[in-house]
Amino acid sequence: MWNNEPAMKHAPPASGRTSPPAPLAPVDAIVLGASAGGVEALLVILAALPASFVLPIVAVVHIPRDRPSLLVEVLGARAHIAVREAEDKEMLLPGLTIAPPDYHVLLDVDRGRRHLAGAQDVRLALANDALVSYCRPSIDVLFQSAAEVLGPRVAGVVLTGANADGAPGLRAIKASGGLCAVQSPDEAPARAMPEAAIASAQPQLVAPLHRITQWMIALDACRTGGTESTIFYER
Amino acid sequence: MNAGDGQSGESAFDIELTLLLEAIFQRYHCDFRGYAKSSLRRRLRQAMDRFGDASLSALQGRVLHDARALPILLDYLTVQVSEMFRDPTHFLALRRDVLPLLATYPSLKVWIAGCSTGEELYSLAIILAEAGLLDRTIVYATDVNEEALRKAEAGVYALDRVAGFSANYAKAGGTGSLSDWFTAAYNGVVFDRRLRRNVVFSDHSLSTDGDFAATHLVMCRNVLIYFDRELQDRAIALFEQSLVPRGFLALGSKENLHVSSRAPAFETFDGRERIYRKR
Repeated sequence: MWNNEPAMKHAPPASGRTSPPAPLAPVDAIVLGASAGGVEALLVILAALPASFVLPIVAVVHIPRDRPSLLVEVLGARAHIAVREAEDKEMLLPGLTIAPPDYHVLLDVDRGRRHLAGAQDVRLALANDALVSYCRPSIDVLFQSAAEVLGPRVAGVVLTGANADGAPGLRAIKASGGLCAVQSPDEAPARAMPEAAIASAQPQLVAPLHRITQWMIALDACRTGGTESTIFYER
Repeated sequence: MNAGDGQSGESAFDIELTLLLEAIFQRYHCDFRGYAKSSLRRRLRQAMDRFGDASLSALQGRVLHDARALPILLDYLTVQVSEMFRDPTHFLALRRDVLPLLATYPSLKVWIAGCSTGEELYSLAIILAEAGLLDRTIVYATDVNEEALRKAEAGVYALDRVAGFSANYAKAGGTGSLSDWFTAAYNGVVFDRRLRRNVVFSDHSLSTDGDFAATHLVMCRNVLIYFDRELQDRAIALFEQSLVPRGFLALGSKENLHVSSRAPAFETFDGRERIYRKR
């Protein structure tokens, strides 16, 4: 149903020079989902993110549910930013936080507090709820919680994958005023997930990995160099 | 429906969520006010669909005026997802490292807090039986969801889940065959009643109820992740009061004590398997 979705025709060629500028706004976190081919795609992104990158990234990558994951080791070896597995109730920290196998990961804010720009009050929550669209962790569960907790101050990214997880979640982020980016289906090793996300959310950016990475770096600069008064990270 | 109003205040949905939990507490004395909001939002949206209510306020009116709605809603407020020997290495560590220490006591008390539909209870009962300890053990199996407790007591599970249970049992160091412990009938299996002969099933809330005296092992897996930090602290304090000195606390594979203010009362026994020991 989405094979001829017009949005993907806007996907720029590998040079990316001719595409419209990617949208920028101050955000407090990037949430990212990837499935088949996703580890390789994340390695490409991580290799290009500088150590100075402080915007928290929370990622769901579909991996086998029944054994411990080596993702932290594999991705951490290539990354200049911190890479860790999500722990329940931990603060949202700079670096890449990955959902553990067989748990959903959600964002939440402390009880009695409402979210303030800067994400100092945002925590991770793990859940053992039923599989969602055959997935646990589910990209949709993470994205929907991010839309609810962060509203417009989040960017959602959907990369390569062979299923449709992430499509409703990315739509929720868009509906809450957040920013959305999807890997060009033509570049993705598995195009079904990007195509579903494009059809569902009409993202502001459909681009190959290197442009998505540049955009993430620009988001980080927009946030750290911006005029927002409540953006701090002490490390 | 979302936090799109940014910094101006809580969303209407979150306000309704707080009020719904308060209403359920005042009307029925079931306290979910300390539950983590993140996954409640998702499951209560599903409950709205189930009842056909357009808002949580409408659902609140329904549950206040119709007590029959409460048990249905409880299935959305609590999570009944479980399997036998989930995380087999955890049960292997209990079997290999913890049970030999427990075997030195003449009699044992074990508390399974949040036993849900019983998968974890039968898993633990089987390794206790295979270690020759079940006959001198009293097991308290507690949950806030009475319907789930009834299922736990029945010990009947769908046949299509048993292959997964059996594979986990083997990985958890099972000494025989899981089929030694159940009888197949129709499309289900029923677990051996000997496994629950010394089990006391009890409606118990970690939010409002007290502890069980002098337990040697408390197992509470994938329950604390659904609590906010305040309620996590309360629950861990109950476990601490409940345990004998040097008693064991077994948590879920992604739960840890270090975010709790009660952490100093425990030492880590097996960090990877999240097994702690009271100091």
